[in-house]
Amino acid sequence: MYIKVKSELCTGCEACVASCPYDAIVIKGAKAEITELCQLCRACMSVCPEGAISEYREASDEKETAQGRGVWVFAEQREGRIAGVSLELLGAGRGLAEKLGTEVSAVLFGGTDHDAKELVRWGADKVFHCDDPGFQAFNDEPYAALLSKLITEQKPEIVLTGATPIGRSFFPRVAAKLRAGLTADCTSLEIDPETKNLLQVRPAFGGNIMATIFCPHARPQMATVRPRVMKRGTYDEARIGEIIKVSAKGIASRTKVVETVKEVSELAINLQDANIIVAGGRGMGNEKGFQLLHDLAEVLGASVAASRGAVDEGWIPYRHQIGQTGKTVSPKLYIACGISGAVQHLVGMQSSDVIIAINKNPDAPIFNVATYGIVGDANEIVLMLTKKIKDLKG
Amino acid sequence: MRIVVCIKQVPDSAEVRINPETNTLIRDGVPTIINPYDLHALEAGLQIRETAGGKVTVLTMGPPQAETALREAIAMGADEAVLLTDRAFAGSDTWATAYTLAKAVEHIGADVILCGKQAIDGDTAQVGPEMAEFLDMPHISYIRKIVDVAADKLIVQRLMDDGYDVVESSLPLLLTVVKELNVPRLPSLKGKMAAKKAEIRKMSAADLKADEKNLGLNGSPTQVKNIFAPEAKTDRTMLEGTPDEKVDTLLKELVRLKCI
Repeated sequence: MYIKVKSELCTGCEACVASCPYDAIVIKGAKAEITELCQLCRACMSVCPEGAISEYREASDEKETAQGRGVWVFAEQREGRIAGVSLELLGAGRGLAEKLGTEVSAVLFGGTDHDAKELVRWGADKVFHCDDPGFQAFNDEPYAALLSKLITEQKPEIVLTGATPIGRSFFPRVAAKLRAGLTADCTSLEIDPETKNLLQVRPAFGGNIMATIFCPHARPQMATVRPRVMKRGTYDEARIGEIIKVSAKGIASRTKVVETVKEVSELAINLQDANIIVAGGRGMGNEKGFQLLHDLAEVLGASVAASRGAVDEGWIPYRHQIGQTGKTVSPKLYIACGISGAVQHLVGMQSSDVIIAINKNPDAPIFNVATYGIVGDANEIVLMLTKKIKDLKG
Repeated sequence: MRIVVCIKQVPDSAEVRINPETNTLIRDGVPTIINPYDLHALEAGLQIRETAGGKVTVLTMGPPQAETALREAIAMGADEAVLLTDRAFAGSDTWATAYTLAKAVEHIGADVILCGKQAIDGDTAQVGPEMAEFLDMPHISYIRKIVDVAADKLIVQRLMDDGYDVVESSLPLLLTVVKELNVPRLPSLKGKMAAKKAEIRKMSAADLKADEKNLGLNGSPTQVKNIFAPEAKTDRTMLEGTPDEKVDTLLKELVRLKCI
């Protein structure tokens, strides 16, 4: 593919020159020209008022789409515990499989027969289970080798896992080996009704922008999905599925886990399990303003969290941070006070059931995800709300 | 010890915004920096050189402007720099990028490869592990501490959600690192002088003897369909009235939702 300016349409207005992030457009003889610095980002195509810039396909762009069938979920276990995100993906995977008229399979490395049965109850039609003791602890190479082998044999069309330290580390190896497309940290998955391609939405540029990624030809289509953005499916104790034992014969590892050390603060768990979260941002003004949130949290029995802005100001420690570089939460109620709502914050909380946003700027992006919005001074509103709840409770 | 550090020149992402009318990125006047995580990878490389001896090569793929980032890395103490630049690399996704970088490593030679855990523009964390697969070497991600460096093996701490693992590996090995690993040094005066004079080795697709069908847009399994700013929720209610009235309405809703 290449991008070219139709010189007969170009008026030399230079709008494209300004739009190019790579300085790849020059004006020559009052016409725009794309140089070899072009990275094919297409930014110029939409800014041209004359529609003079287009992409052109070459013969080498035409490829056949590989075949595949079935939606797979890699079920991550660590020290015998199945990750919550794996159960969420079984729910999401079912939705995708129904649109494709196919089935959902889980892949489990390590873990027990009981774990495999649980995956069926959470929605898997089939479970590929390797209970080789060498697969109990996570090592990238053998995990990647065995999953690649299974995919090559069974040819699923979609393979998903959680965007956890494990999934994000070994899925790229599988994608490299299989020449498959892999999209990281997805927040939404859809099936394109026409092409049946998997449309994968993810934040980019630190979360300032969302991008939809797809794999036009390569199969399987692989994605890691952020925890707590998809809802679990229904647990059905009576559901029957097929459990297929998988051998790890001949698969070696050059890395070895010598020791596993737990280091989780109580608070991190509390925050992710909280029913109500009161969160504050820079809009609280100062440390004293931020303190009002603790009072509100107390009367609500809520946990206190923060946007990156408030953490950067030093009003609250980093472990309370919600968002792209912090934690992802989905409580029943999320009260965002003085948080403008940059996408990197939104990706960490937008799947909360009810979101209340309080901000003085009526155009703040936080209102885009809010269930209830209040335009006003966050300090004043929070103070008033705390008092009224106290009065109500007597 | 042959140490290769992969770096990426990125726009300072806090300043990148989307133009809502054209749905394109606004990057006008946004400064470029070395991806912050890569500075920790470079620091780790320099520290390994200090204890085990050897040479640190910084490697990047990008447009010719990426040379600035390589000179900064030399100013910090890297011995040499390689820039992979070619029209054929344009439009690369992580697969094609990792393939291209791996080809370069085959030419340079490496016992330890260090990468930042991810780049702040894409946040994918994929290029490092993919490179390791192309080079048929083990990798360990999210390194927060290098415990021991021996001639034929490394012991590291890998950060996990619930703590950390102590992991041992043979060499050659690729590591991706997190910020907790170290504090990157500042460029020295001597380093800055070296950076000015240093010759940056440039390599093209032909120099790499790379398979063209694996390069650039053509070698990329994924494509960007579109970019957009996040959507507004349709069922939201903006509460009206005086602050007092707003709070009363909110309170009623909270009671109705059984939050109180």
